[in-house]
This record gives sequence, structure tokens and C-alpha cells, in this order.
Amino acid sequence: MTDLTKLTMAEARDGLAKKTFTALELTDAFIGAIEKANPAINAYVLATPEHARVQAKDSDKRIAEGKARPLEGLPIGNKDLFCTRGIRTTACSNILGEFTPTYESTVGQNLWDAGAVMLGKLNNDEFAMGSSNETSAFGNVVSPWRRKGKDGQLSTDKLVPGGSSGGSSAAVAANLCLAATATDTGGSIRQPAALTGTVGIKPTYGRCSRWGIVAFASSLDQAGPIAKTVRDSAIMLKAMASHDPKDSTSVDAPVPDYEAALGKGVKGLRVGIPREYRVDGMSPEIQKLWDNGIAWLKSAGATIHDISLPHTKYALPAYYIVAPAEASSNLARYDGMRYGLRVTGDNLIDTYENTRHQGFGKEVRRRILIGTYVLSAGYYDAYYLKAQKVRTLIKRDFDEAWGKVDVVLTPTTPSPAFAFGEKSGDPLAMYLEDIFTVTVNMAGLPGMSVPGGLSSEGTPLGLQLIGKPFDEETLFRTAQVIEDAAGRLAVPEAWWMKG
Amino acid sequence: MQVDEATVRRIARLARIKISDDEARGLEKELSGILNWVEQLDEVDTANVEPMTRVVAQELKMRDDVVTDGEIADQVTANAPLAEDNFFVVPKVVE
Repeated sequence: MTDLTKLTMAEARDGLAKKTFTALELTDAFIGAIEKANPAINAYVLATPEHARVQAKDSDKRIAEGKARPLEGLPIGNKDLFCTRGIRTTACSNILGEFTPTYESTVGQNLWDAGAVMLGKLNNDEFAMGSSNETSAFGNVVSPWRRKGKDGQLSTDKLVPGGSSGGSSAAVAANLCLAATATDTGGSIRQPAALTGTVGIKPTYGRCSRWGIVAFASSLDQAGPIAKTVRDSAIMLKAMASHDPKDSTSVDAPVPDYEAALGKGVKGLRVGIPREYRVDGMSPEIQKLWDNGIAWLKSAGATIHDISLPHTKYALPAYYIVAPAEASSNLARYDGMRYGLRVTGDNLIDTYENTRHQGFGKEVRRRILIGTYVLSAGYYDAYYLKAQKVRTLIKRDFDEAWGKVDVVLTPTTPSPAFAFGEKSGDPLAMYLEDIFTVTVNMAGLPGMSVPGGLSSEGTPLGLQLIGKPFDEETLFRTAQVIEDAAGRLAVPEAWWMKG
Repeated sequence: MQVDEATVRRIARLARIKISDDEARGLEKELSGILNWVEQLDEVDTANVEPMTRVVAQELKMRDDVVTDGEIADQVTANAPLAEDNFFVVPKVVE
């Protein structure tokens, strides 16, 4: 029998429809793979095999009755930032302890209502703050990818899977789920997708409800999928997106059938190449990747246009005011009184301070302190207000570009996957991981990463597409052209299954 | 912007996070580095620019002012570190 875990979501959907295998067989294949692989990869912080089997059996019943829903019986992983009713949710922080929500996130509920099966909760950087999954209270996630040495042999050095959705990207790349939920505040879907050869889309702000997702920076956070293919990401986003009265920033607009857009091609599509993304010190292989992307779209009938987004270089510093400010405010709720950890001290303030010192990891504490500083008396105008004004200018750059082009093409990351510890000693070096992705969050636009080829080290590189607000369809059809040209990137050797 | 140790301690107190002496010294350097880096925003002329308050122009939705939820005190207190009879148990604040 073929290895069911290697199927794409679309293939698995076909197999279930044709009754080649059952939802329970498919689910059991993943449960077995997770048991074997998770000690090495650490993608799951909580596997939920019993829960998954109950859902799969229900799916098999529905399929037999001819009542299958769009994602019926398809096993997925759920980032631990999404609240799950009756199932521990921690945002990979000690401060949440054994927090067990009494409600389900709207995005999660949409997926279960569509028939999806949950295999477990996926690792991430603590409160989604990080670009390498090195800040999780549950330890590092290891990328299934390894560098190839000059002798052609795979190195055993451990590479990061990107972050913050590192559990999602690693699990998808290592065939430990068909697809995964993820969230993106500054690049946390697209950067891990790029580093693991997977596809990730952050939709327009407001496309997915934020209700029931642990908040990081509310004006930037957005949910989206990481998947094996462009088609799978379209299937996932269609199910995840919805208008939700419980999130006043979610948009009351119909969700298109993204899969229907995939075959439309890019003939006549105007593709913008922003000159400001040619940053100093960009590696030749990233430049080559970008040139390949341009050539593929051109030969598929798109026209290529140089554009300027003059405020690009200010997006990252503005982000590191806005995101920590909003985080310091959102994370004020973790006071040790209503849920999670409480570390008792001499008095109330001492209890708060002990709890938050022990409960939050180093990077989270650092960002709360930056946020507290920029919002403190006398500094609000100089920092937060200034950054929000710069944000208006960043958005304006794109608004002007949309007069000339329909979609923007850039690399997703400035460099390929790195090893543990390579960047974690220097916060600024780590922040630069998001240099190409963060503008998209600042402007609220949809952005997508699709594999574009391999680095000289044999590790994946991603191309990023940026679209107009609520025009995810153009991203999907453009990404499909890139995927058709670049081919899917598969991990060369499943070393993690060897135990 | 140079952040000194006293400022780090003041901010940590505002944020209700305990820090050790070692941490305070480390944070002095880290926060100064990050704040110096974000100061490049001063190059941008924002004199006549409105701050961004929303990504997509849309009116905030109104709903009827009616009770849609409630009577779930047991669920609200279910995750408390200490709870009794659907009340949170907290440290004594007033002597």
C-alpha cells in the first residue's frame, strides 16, 4: 500500500471520495508517523490521536451516507495559538500552563465544520514571537531539511524550520499532517513556508476571524494555512476564512472559491518588481531565485514592471514599535489571577511580577518591555503614533503601485534556512529575517510564499507574491504558475522516520 | 536613545515583570540597541500624514444591545489557578 502521508490534500480528498481508503486509515497513517517522527522533529506539542480517530470515524460515516463536507476526513495540524475546546492551548508559553479553553477559535470551528480531522497542536515560537521556533517553551522544532555538503552528503546539523509557525511548516514538510493552520504577524506563515519548501498564505487582514486565536499584535495578526501545494493552500483558506460577528475587524465579504482561480494563468497579468527589495548584501542565489521567478511568469504571458515602494526600509523599524506596543497591551492579561501560572510573592504586585518573570520567556519579556517603553508617558507620539503614520505611507506606496501592477513578486526571505543558535544571540539579526515579509502586514495586504528552488546548500528558497486587498485569487493563480515551473520541493531523505 | 539601568527598572515595574540585576544590565544594552535602530524613522517626514488606524476602510458594525452570552461562571473560572464556588481566589489587596 502507498504511504498515505505522502499524499497532497487534494489527492487525499480524491482517494476518500473514490473510497480507495477510509478517513480512519488515513488518520491512523498520520498518527503512526507522528509517533515515530515527533521525538526528532518536535513539531507537535500535543498529539490528539483519540480525538482524531473519533472525528475520522464520523467522517467515514458521512462519506458512506453521501454527506461528505469539503474537508471531510482530511487530517490537519493546528498551531497551538488556536484555542481548542477541551484541549490544552498554551501559545507555547509557560504562563498559560495547562490552560484548557472552554471554546473553539472561529477558524478552527470552520475547519471542523468542514469535516477536517485534528491530529494535534503544533509547536510555535512563544506567543508567535520569533523567526526560528527557538523561543517555544516546548523546545526547538527541527526542520526535516538538512544542508547538503560539498561531497553531496547530508549534514546532520539541525536547521530551523522558520517561525513563528515552525511546527506547522515542519509538520507539513515532514508529512506529519496534510496541511496546518498558522498565523502571521510579521512573516510567521510565509518565512517558515519558504524555509521548508512548503506553501503559505497570509490573507488580507480581516479575511479570517481572529476570535479564539491567542493575540500577539491585534492590528497585524492574521490566520492562514501552510500546505504542501498551492492547490492545498487554496482548499484550506477557503475553509478557514469567514465573516465573524465575534471579530469586528473581520470583513463581511463573500469568500471566493480559490481553487477555481488556480487554472486561470497569468496571461496579461502585470507583475511588479520593487527596486527597494534589492537590498545590500542580498546573496547571489536569492537574486537568481528572483530572476527565475520573473522569467517563469514572463514566459507564461505576464508583463514585468519595475516599481518603487520607497518606504520599504522603514517597515521593519516601524513594526518593532507597533508589534511590541500591541503585544505589551495584549499580554497584560496574563497576571496569574484568572488562568495559567501563579507564582505567589510577598504582596499582590510581587505576585504579578514573579508570575510574569517565570511565565514569560526571554524574547517575550524583551518585547513587552520595548512595548511598555514606547507606550509610556511622554513617548507615545514619538514612537507609536510616528510608526502608525509611517504605516500609512507604506500602505500609500502600495496603493500607488496598484495603478501600474496587479501583483508584486519578491523573495520571501533574505537567506536560506539557518542552524540553531546562528541568529538567536542577536535580536536585531533575527528581526531582519522578516525584512521582506513585514511590509505586507503593515499594509494589511495578502502575501503568499511559494517554493522557487533550492539554495547551493540544497535547502529550500521561497518566492513571495503580494496582492491587492482581498485579491487572494490573483496570488493563487500566479503561485500556481510558479509551482508548475519550479516543481514541488520534496525533502531528499526521511531521516526522521528511521528512529 | 540610551536606556539606563534606572529606566529599565522603571519599565519593568510598569510591565509588572521582575528582573534580576544581571538581566537589567543585559536589557540596558539590548533595549538601547533596538531603540537606536528604530530611530531611523525620524528620517521620514510625517508632518501631514494621518496615523493608520485600520487596514481596510470599513465602518465598525453595530449590533443590538442585548445579552447574547452569560450564565457560564463555571467556564469562566475553570482555568483559574485558585477558584472557589465560581469565584476567583486572589491575594489579599486591602488589609
